[in-house]
Amino acid sequence: MQIVTDKATAAPEPLLIIKRPGVWSPFALGEIWSYRDLLWALAVRDVKLRYRQTALGVVWVVLQPLLAAGIMSFVFGIIANLPSDGLPYFLLSYTGMLGWQAFNGTLSKAGQCIVGNSQLVSKVYFPRLILPLSTVLSTLLDFVVGFALLLVLMGIYNVRPQASLLLLPVLLLFLIALAVGVGLWLSALMVTYRDLQYVIPYFTQLLMYASPVALTVSAVPTRFRVFFFLNPLTGLLEAFRWAIVGRGTVSGIAIAYSVVVTVLAFILGAFAFKRMERSFADVI
Amino acid sequence: MSSKDLAISIRGISKAYTLVHNGLKSPSFREVVVDRLKHPFRKRETETFWALKDVSFDIKRGEVVGIIGRNGAGKSTLLKILSRIVEPTSGEAHLFGRVGSLLEVGTGFHQELTGRENIFLNGAILGMRREEISKQFDAIVDFAEVERFLDTPVKRYSSGMYVRLAFAVAAHLNPEILIVDEVLAVGDAQFQKKCMGKMGDVAKSGRTVLFVSHNMSAVEQLCNRIVWLSEGQLHCDSYAIETVAREYLFGGDGHDNTFWTAAEGEKGSEYFDLRRIAFESEDGSPLPRAVPNDQPMYLVIEGDVETLDSSLLIGYTVVNADGQTVYWSVHTDAGEDHAPPMTVGRNTLRTRIPSRFLNEGTYTIEVTACLHQRLWILEPGKSGPSITFSIAGGLSDSAYWYEHRAALTAPILRWESLTAEMADNRNRDRKF
Repeated sequence: MQIVTDKATAAPEPLLIIKRPGVWSPFALGEIWSYRDLLWALAVRDVKLRYRQTALGVVWVVLQPLLAAGIMSFVFGIIANLPSDGLPYFLLSYTGMLGWQAFNGTLSKAGQCIVGNSQLVSKVYFPRLILPLSTVLSTLLDFVVGFALLLVLMGIYNVRPQASLLLLPVLLLFLIALAVGVGLWLSALMVTYRDLQYVIPYFTQLLMYASPVALTVSAVPTRFRVFFFLNPLTGLLEAFRWAIVGRGTVSGIAIAYSVVVTVLAFILGAFAFKRMERSFADVI
Repeated sequence: MSSKDLAISIRGISKAYTLVHNGLKSPSFREVVVDRLKHPFRKRETETFWALKDVSFDIKRGEVVGIIGRNGAGKSTLLKILSRIVEPTSGEAHLFGRVGSLLEVGTGFHQELTGRENIFLNGAILGMRREEISKQFDAIVDFAEVERFLDTPVKRYSSGMYVRLAFAVAAHLNPEILIVDEVLAVGDAQFQKKCMGKMGDVAKSGRTVLFVSHNMSAVEQLCNRIVWLSEGQLHCDSYAIETVAREYLFGGDGHDNTFWTAAEGEKGSEYFDLRRIAFESEDGSPLPRAVPNDQPMYLVIEGDVETLDSSLLIGYTVVNADGQTVYWSVHTDAGEDHAPPMTVGRNTLRTRIPSRFLNEGTYTIEVTACLHQRLWILEPGKSGPSITFSIAGGLSDSAYWYEHRAALTAPILRWESLTAEMADNRNRDRKF
């Protein structure tokens, strides 16, 4: 036996040791970086597949928010006649939809990603975090197209971009981080509880009406605003619109609250995912 | 073995699955919540199932290891653990090199994407960098023979083309350790041959291959070592591929095969046509598969002779689970005068297998037959008829040594004590 131990100490370091990790093992960020090509390949796959064999193709990326903004403007702007902070109502709805879709697109795709790729998860190893992260890239692509259209719309409505536009990437980052945080948690839970597939769309639809997407905070009666701001999306979306068109009811406290919730959601989501990912292949 | 040559070291790997018996087969979230509310204090009835239990072995660099075993023996679980898809419940595996694993042909292939797109996607999924795929692209297309259909969605491919392309990507992975599950079961014969060739190339280039298969001829062709799992445990680990593969084929894993009979109507050599092999006790009753070492054991060989030849030699070899031949006995060993006479027609030979000689373990007895220095009728190690039995216990009458000995055989030998005077006399004798 002694000989065996001597050999073991003289052996070169193994490249990898497979064993059951402790509960709080660190994130292998370096490994995720080494799989960046897979991240990209999966994102490209998702984008290609979405519009392959569709007649209108990429036009859908533009058409979806346009139609949604159109119907919202009709209902909230014309029928309900809500205040618009002096903006054309369509532009208000469209900026709201742009921010909302960045959040909602990431959340719904990230939430589905593990179950949707169960074949991969049960047959190949890669850092599982790659799957939810890859959904972000396709959301970003949609955002770029939507943003280009926004610039066209602003030209049509003769609304000048403000210097605050420079803050937009930061706000976008927070919107997506919040979505990824919640999405990580949901995607891991969905492996065991498939019902979440049906619950999530319903829940996000409710959330949309509880957020300043097709309406502004100024349309909300003052006594309800505190509750409205409890939704972390409210601060982020209102600031998002403010960054583009320079109008909106934004307070430092609301932003700070949203940022704290986002950071917490992201960290907790990541750890929840980390804890649950170990058994994905066993359960899926 | 130098530790520098180590590719994989598997140390006490176990994998447990918990089977839950609570009446809810695949619970939905609501059902779980309702169930918890209804029975807040009820403990769920669970049962632990060990897919792998304390499996340990080392694999050297450049070895091609065939992993065999019945369904549910734990082969796939082991590969999944080594591929990091599932984690072990306990134990460790040390990997000394980059691992590429192919547990299924075409994982991650997408029907709607073209061949070209799938090559890049699948390569990335298997862990290849983009530059590597670009560099290997032509070789992959060449191997798969799909140049003309590169820009066609793979859903329009024939199943053969699809499988070829999928295997081609994985085959060009170039890892230091290649793990392959039963993938050769798909595709036509020509493709399988091609795959085998490719895997042979991988092995020849000095890389380590782990290969699960039910196809014993593929294992024999490709592997230089065989690991047999049975019910989650290491049943046998050997370099004697043919012997073990044969034992596996003849159902040595839990099946009785202490006798063998030739199929009706099947005819062997005119010099000696083996009809029956049996492992019997002294009175001719069949012995169980596992016998204590102190019990008398007899081997009965029955065969027909059509043309009598005086140089006919009948014998048998005893091969242990490691593939080592423990001994080889021939019916004329005691001298031609004492050998049982052979006659035209049915011959039934009986020979005693030495008691208290073999070690604890499983043995394969293979009958041999030849015309001395002229013709092999039944050559050892050539998948001829064989039987299997095990020695368990009865290794000695001492309370200290009754289990497997760290040796090839475990003979019980006589020991005596010499008095000082006798020892002196002997020494003096030797001097002069």
